[in-house]
Amino acid sequence: MLIDHPLLGLRDSSEFIYMGDAKLLDRPNWKSQNSKTKFIDYGYLRKNPAGVHKELWYHEQGDRSWLVVTRNTVTHEILKVELARDTKGK
Amino acid sequence: MRNSSHPITNKQKLSFTFNGKKYFGYKGDTLASALIANNVKIVGRSFKYHRPRGIFSAGSEEPNALVELGDGPYKEPNTRATNIELFDGLEGSSQNFLGSVNFDFMAINDLLKNFIGAGFYYKTFMWPRRFWEKLYEPIIRRAAGLGKLSLQADPSQYDKGYLHCDFLIIGSGISGLMSALLLAETGSEVLIIEEDFILGGRLNSESFAINGKQCSVWIGQAVKKLKSLKNVRILTRTTVFAAFDHGIFTAIEKKTDHILEKSSKPRQINWKIYTKHCILASGAIERSIAFPQNDRPGIMLAGSVRTYAKRFGAHYGQKIAIYTNNDDGWKTADDLKNMGLEIKAVIDTRKEIEAPSSSISSYLGQTITKTYGRKGIKAIKLSSGSKLNVDCLAVSGGWSSNIHLTCHKRGKPVWDNIYKNFLSVDNAQKDKIIPVGAARGIFEIQNIISDTNRVILSLIKKIGLSMPNRITLTSSKEQYSCSLDLVSSSNPSNSFIDLQNDVTQKDIELSFREGFKSVEHLKRYSTLGMATDQGKTSNILGLASMAKLKGTNISEVGTTIFRPPYVPVAISAFAGRSRGKDFRPTRLTPSHNVASKRNAVFVETGNWLRAQWFPEKGEKFWRQSVDREVIQTRNSVGICDVTTLGKIDIQGKDCSEFLNFVYTNAFAKLPINRVRYGLMLREDGVAYDDGTTARLGENHFIMTTTTANAALVFRNLEFVRQCLLPNLDVHLISTTDSWAQYSVAGPNSRRLLQKIVDKPKDITNENFPFMACRELTICGGVMARLFRISFSGELAYEIAVPTQYGNALFDALLSAGKEFNAVPYGTEALGVMRIEKGHAAGNEINGHTTAQNLGLSRMISKKADSIGNILSEREGFNGSNIATMSGFKPVQHSQRLEAGSHLISAGKTPTMENDEGWLSSVAFSPTLGHYIGLGFIERGHTRVGEKVLAVNLLQNKTTEVEIVSPHFIDPEGIKQRG
Repeated sequence: MLIDHPLLGLRDSSEFIYMGDAKLLDRPNWKSQNSKTKFIDYGYLRKNPAGVHKELWYHEQGDRSWLVVTRNTVTHEILKVELARDTKGK
Repeated sequence: MRNSSHPITNKQKLSFTFNGKKYFGYKGDTLASALIANNVKIVGRSFKYHRPRGIFSAGSEEPNALVELGDGPYKEPNTRATNIELFDGLEGSSQNFLGSVNFDFMAINDLLKNFIGAGFYYKTFMWPRRFWEKLYEPIIRRAAGLGKLSLQADPSQYDKGYLHCDFLIIGSGISGLMSALLLAETGSEVLIIEEDFILGGRLNSESFAINGKQCSVWIGQAVKKLKSLKNVRILTRTTVFAAFDHGIFTAIEKKTDHILEKSSKPRQINWKIYTKHCILASGAIERSIAFPQNDRPGIMLAGSVRTYAKRFGAHYGQKIAIYTNNDDGWKTADDLKNMGLEIKAVIDTRKEIEAPSSSISSYLGQTITKTYGRKGIKAIKLSSGSKLNVDCLAVSGGWSSNIHLTCHKRGKPVWDNIYKNFLSVDNAQKDKIIPVGAARGIFEIQNIISDTNRVILSLIKKIGLSMPNRITLTSSKEQYSCSLDLVSSSNPSNSFIDLQNDVTQKDIELSFREGFKSVEHLKRYSTLGMATDQGKTSNILGLASMAKLKGTNISEVGTTIFRPPYVPVAISAFAGRSRGKDFRPTRLTPSHNVASKRNAVFVETGNWLRAQWFPEKGEKFWRQSVDREVIQTRNSVGICDVTTLGKIDIQGKDCSEFLNFVYTNAFAKLPINRVRYGLMLREDGVAYDDGTTARLGENHFIMTTTTANAALVFRNLEFVRQCLLPNLDVHLISTTDSWAQYSVAGPNSRRLLQKIVDKPKDITNENFPFMACRELTICGGVMARLFRISFSGELAYEIAVPTQYGNALFDALLSAGKEFNAVPYGTEALGVMRIEKGHAAGNEINGHTTAQNLGLSRMISKKADSIGNILSEREGFNGSNIATMSGFKPVQHSQRLEAGSHLISAGKTPTMENDEGWLSSVAFSPTLGHYIGLGFIERGHTRVGEKVLAVNLLQNKTTEVEIVSPHFIDPEGIKQRG
């Protein structure tokens, strides 16, 4: 696969580490009620759909950017690539 | 035999051997064409029944003619004779026989055929179960085998390469060359890949005219034009074997396989190709027809008989019959007749057609019911009862578009009922493969020409490139229609569907009867299409047979899909240069040269090579060296290279907040020029790394990680920085390779370092206490960092200098240390001393243990959020019964401990229920004079003094051990603070 890195352009997926569901960005507040349950959901209940999925890729053999890649896991079509830190601000 | 007037006979004469016998061929031959020209009828034995087999095809679809090439370490089994370019000195041999290929003892299997059909092995060799591995499987594997490996490493070089282009064109037949000419006009980068060693593809086998002249004239013009263009690159002897997402393809180029002399050039190159568009001009593959005894040598694909005659002047026989269900069989008849060969008959399964040629005797609406000649076909019998003497039978079951590569991305083919052929699905993906010509299901030459123009020009228009002129070619008019008469109605056990895996029509019937009716089940139960040829010539026959049994049609039955690789690829080609020591990079420590000179024994830790111990004269056993290193360090001073620990430079005004979050314990209040031990958890609350972090300035920290987790910790820190706390001002850089770092440990370590540092007063105990750190200069101005930390429990330091000074510093420390009898020590002594001191390492922080297990629960700060903080509170991780890290020593001091032993209360039996813990690290302690161990046992900290059993069932050994404090030496830490 080729990932259209927002800063570097098309890069081969072999340069990246895959980390699955981008839900990992939404870490629960440690002081919230039921924080233990929320952290268990956060850590263990991650989506793995057949279809469009927002997922995390880390450009380890490159510029070390964490990316949020919107990808169709069935066709491998990549619909959107963003820097993770940019999506956090939104 | 060879047609002596064929142009190939004017080329260079080549000699080669096959099964030890010497033959001659010509430059331009394949091994298969040369064998046919030399009247070699039997080239191999079939996979299961060991039936004699001859060459069946003229391309990579070959199911029969698998041969071993070369000798010794260069030997390559399972190559297809039809793909092997002949060279002077080639050595080939048949495979899969016992005795000789002409008299194979294993042919007994053929007589047993009725008993060993599909599913035979599954059903028969079930009991007794333990016999499978030792008895059944080895026998079956020996009988049903392919070629043999040399079992020696191939000394050839294999390489990998990368290519980028706008248009990848796979195949150089008429539609491939036309596509290339059109696309090259646009100025785009065009890459043409051809499996054969000549360009032109199927045109080289055809007798029709293009622009009024032989095909070869047009090929010559087209190739000359393409070779003159700077934006066109042509690779021959190269097979695209896999298609990946987003325009990525891999191809194997055979660089020197066709040359006898072994050169320094790579034998094969595994190309990874990145292209914007891919044109698939891979043509079509002819299929067979299943009829009784249809596997005799001399029964060949009709188009291949035509290829051997036209391209190579090689004829398998002189009296040829053609068995066809389509118009192309008649083309073979015409072409061969025009070349002066005797056509005994054309047998066409179709009744209603009009014989296209009146000068050839034809049998319409008939089938072949029997053939004669075990070691080479002699005669055929027709359904009408007529018997014809022939010495070659050319079979055509119609043509299948070669859409193998379009399946690699899960494109399920669709059935075209007009030409009786599977076509690639036209999915709307941007990176789709665009078939042209016969690969697109267009089979008549005049239509191929017009359709290729249309497809390519509309592609160019769609992309928006400058439009070239269409290519005008005149050709003869062809007509192609095909029936689906592919399956025999009699003698199913002798009607072969899949020649390479010996799947007969009877096997398909058996699959059907036993309920394996879906194509995916049929494939796996009967092994149809599961051989190395992936059923290129046979799958449609199997599907037609199943459709007939189910009373439906092929489009209903559907098809399995092809998978990569298109042709078998040697493992060496995937490895490329990553073999042996080059499998992965080797990282050498800065002291490597000095250590080598001192005969250090090295150990691989990840990619690093670290000195394990430094044997001295007279030391025969590793323990002698390690014990000496420990004793000398504890008595005076030792030096160890610890560069491999991960070092991460952390800067920015929010870095203390950042560290509070990634470690369980707080760092914000750590004073400048002080070091603190930190523990990291995963978010699930399990410990995963530890190390010391030093504060060099208000906004500047140096983190160290374990050697093994250096990359992982860095990745996780980046995750926190970018994904969890993106608003913090923090900057990270890995400096593992930038700083050489040595541990200097032992009571004389300060005195030794005072000889090295430029201002000895700076490092007195008062000015530089335990857990201090600072930047200073050494050896007259070299910048260095000094940390007063101790892994061994001794008075100890770690000193870091820029890597380029690392080798010199190691030398300098050893020279300066001579007066103290300083000793270099390796990872073994390092390990012994940390066990003596009771420090956890990788065996303890193993991804299963928690801070609580490690006795470090007080390190989890509850004042601030940190990774893993919340989930470390889980019930199962807490409570009074959890296993905690303890020390263990044998009650009988002479006894040895084994890491991995399980701990059982005295008097209990060693069962899972009674398991209370395990020994994680053990060592012989030269300081104490007996074995010691670290381990985990339930409520360990409350059980000091209790005697339990360390049980090692693998070695059948039980040792009585006493639970003690994990700190075997200096539990109060007086030494390290001294």
